[in-house]
Amino acid sequence: MGFLKKIVVSGRGLVVALPYLWLLLFFVAPFLIVLKISFSDVDLAIPPYKPLLEWTAKNAVAVKLNFNNYAFLFTDELYLKAFINSIKVALVSTVLCLLIGYPMAYGIARSRPVTRNILLLLVILPFWTSLLLRVYAWIGLLKANGVINNILMSVGLIHEPLVMLYTQFAMYVGIVYSYLPFFILPLYANLEKMDWQLLEAAQDLGCKPYQAFYKITLPLSRNGILAGSMLVFIPAVGEFVIPALLGGPNALMIGRILWDEFFSNRAWPVASAVAILMLIMLVPFMMWYQSVQARESAGSR
Amino acid sequence: MPLRGFGRNLRRANSGVAISAGSVAKPTPWNDPTARAYVQLEHVSKSFGDFKAVDDISLKIYQGEIFCLLGASGCGKTTLLRMLGGFEKPSAGRILIDGEDMTGVPPYLRPVNMMFQSYALFPHMNVEQNVAFGLKQDGVGKAEIKDRVATMLDLVKLGEFAKRKPHQLSGGQRQRVALARSLVKRPKLLLLDEPLGALDKKLREHTQFELISLQDKLGVTFVVVTHDQEEAMTLASRIGVMDHGEIVQAGTPSEIYEFPSSKFVADFVGSVNIFEGKLIEDAPEYVRIASHELDAVIYVSHGISAAPDAIIWVAVRPEKILMSTEAPGGTENVVRGTVQDIAYLGDLSIYLVKLPTGKIVRVTQPNTSRHAETITWEQKVYLSWNSSSPVVVTR
Repeated sequence: MGFLKKIVVSGRGLVVALPYLWLLLFFVAPFLIVLKISFSDVDLAIPPYKPLLEWTAKNAVAVKLNFNNYAFLFTDELYLKAFINSIKVALVSTVLCLLIGYPMAYGIARSRPVTRNILLLLVILPFWTSLLLRVYAWIGLLKANGVINNILMSVGLIHEPLVMLYTQFAMYVGIVYSYLPFFILPLYANLEKMDWQLLEAAQDLGCKPYQAFYKITLPLSRNGILAGSMLVFIPAVGEFVIPALLGGPNALMIGRILWDEFFSNRAWPVASAVAILMLIMLVPFMMWYQSVQARESAGSR
Repeated sequence: MPLRGFGRNLRRANSGVAISAGSVAKPTPWNDPTARAYVQLEHVSKSFGDFKAVDDISLKIYQGEIFCLLGASGCGKTTLLRMLGGFEKPSAGRILIDGEDMTGVPPYLRPVNMMFQSYALFPHMNVEQNVAFGLKQDGVGKAEIKDRVATMLDLVKLGEFAKRKPHQLSGGQRQRVALARSLVKRPKLLLLDEPLGALDKKLREHTQFELISLQDKLGVTFVVVTHDQEEAMTLASRIGVMDHGEIVQAGTPSEIYEFPSSKFVADFVGSVNIFEGKLIEDAPEYVRIASHELDAVIYVSHGISAAPDAIIWVAVRPEKILMSTEAPGGTENVVRGTVQDIAYLGDLSIYLVKLPTGKIVRVTQPNTSRHAETITWEQKVYLSWNSSSPVVVTR
């Protein structure tokens, strides 16, 4: 019996260990490497930084932590501006996703099962093509002699092409378009579980339909909204590809800075410091989200 | 409230069987042609595509009643209830509540509240907030809300659970929250969809009586949907038996049970033995009926109206059949058979007796004594019944 029990326990241990191992290998280890680089000095070498640990003459190890990289980020206001701008872009994108995605998720959740599956498929379908291709497709749509301008000109609504590509507008279009499914899916999963009879009960007690939505549906879907918002906001802060391809030259975002520091300046330590700071900035959001989730799941038990 | 206690009066009116008419001082509203209907359905129909869920129902419900819509699932009773609540629009006909045409009025403007089968309590609000929801929506003052919610919670004995969330309550407590929430707005009409369906048997029985006393205290008119005939019999002042979107019979529980108007009603409400037959003698005061399913003539001590050659059915309730090992006097209303099966239920026993014709007759006998188990399997017995017991139905 004892032997059998041991096997069962170790089997359970294995199941738990696997995700931990995964996180260790692909999250903790890279994070530590980046953290290490952020504390080292720039060097003209391969890799382009000095080691943290040095053998001193007396056969001892000296650890040299260099905070200059972080200090540097606060001396040049370029970085601060990039941080603020990234947050702003991510926030606006999240709000836009909420405004567009909520009605869509609601519509899908309330449609008949057959229609619902088709609609869900349509939401997921873009993932079958590479993100890069889809962003390039937007270039084709938005450019001066692109599809949209050509149609507007041919029906005579405008006489010269609208400048859409390489603007803030194009960047938001790209980000909202790319991240919308990440907002819709968790929200749909939340709304789909809702008991629609609650809305009838609310109406029975004197609510007009829009009041029932505001007082019942909205608070009950709060978790879905939060999950969707986090899935849009967090990656959007560090987004690089879309602003680079669609945004204007002044689309100063952290992703862009990271790219420039790593590849143009080969300033790996500074780039690592930027990455670490960005992570630190996002931690409060994630912790808040986690605590809300934990409270909610404790409440429903 | 002027109508305090009216509910009980209505319910008590049917505790005596209806034939005692003549000596009754105050007629029940449904027997009084001058009485004003509180809820009136006029030729109400509802179709979903090709399917007629409710088919041309006209019905009057009076103030202070507990009216039960009884029927199997899919008979249209819930659709009818939802039309009263405003959740479905009738395809044809009119619905009047307290004299006002409510046919096209949305649920949030009706003086009607509903208790949902699933209770539909708001999971993000506690008990107090759930009950206060409707009052808040109506813009009632804070102090009054607090007062009325507290009174209502005391009434359903949930005062100490005011701060709990619905998921922290038992099924019976949730049911009472739902009831409090739907009653706190003092609706003219309360609709209850299978109000006790989710409760276990013991609790259900207890709650039935609580529900009755609550209705009695508040004087609100109830319309209850149920598929449970026992529940309908306990609660109702009147029952409307529904089948295929129609009300096939409406009457007091005892009328429905003792004087079913059709084979369907007789069979649906309680259990019954039905013998097919034809009239052989038709007098104003009595009839004789021959049934090929019995080897005896059925004598019924009241006149009926049926065509001479038409096939008719005689319904006899199992508890109205006497079973004995010795032959009772007379030849009419007496049949012989063999006990085929016995089900001992404690308070009573069910006997299935096989007649020589092959027909199985169901007989129930109360177990009045603790030891007497005189009749057993394979025993030859005589079955007999009083000539006033059979009910003759023509459809």
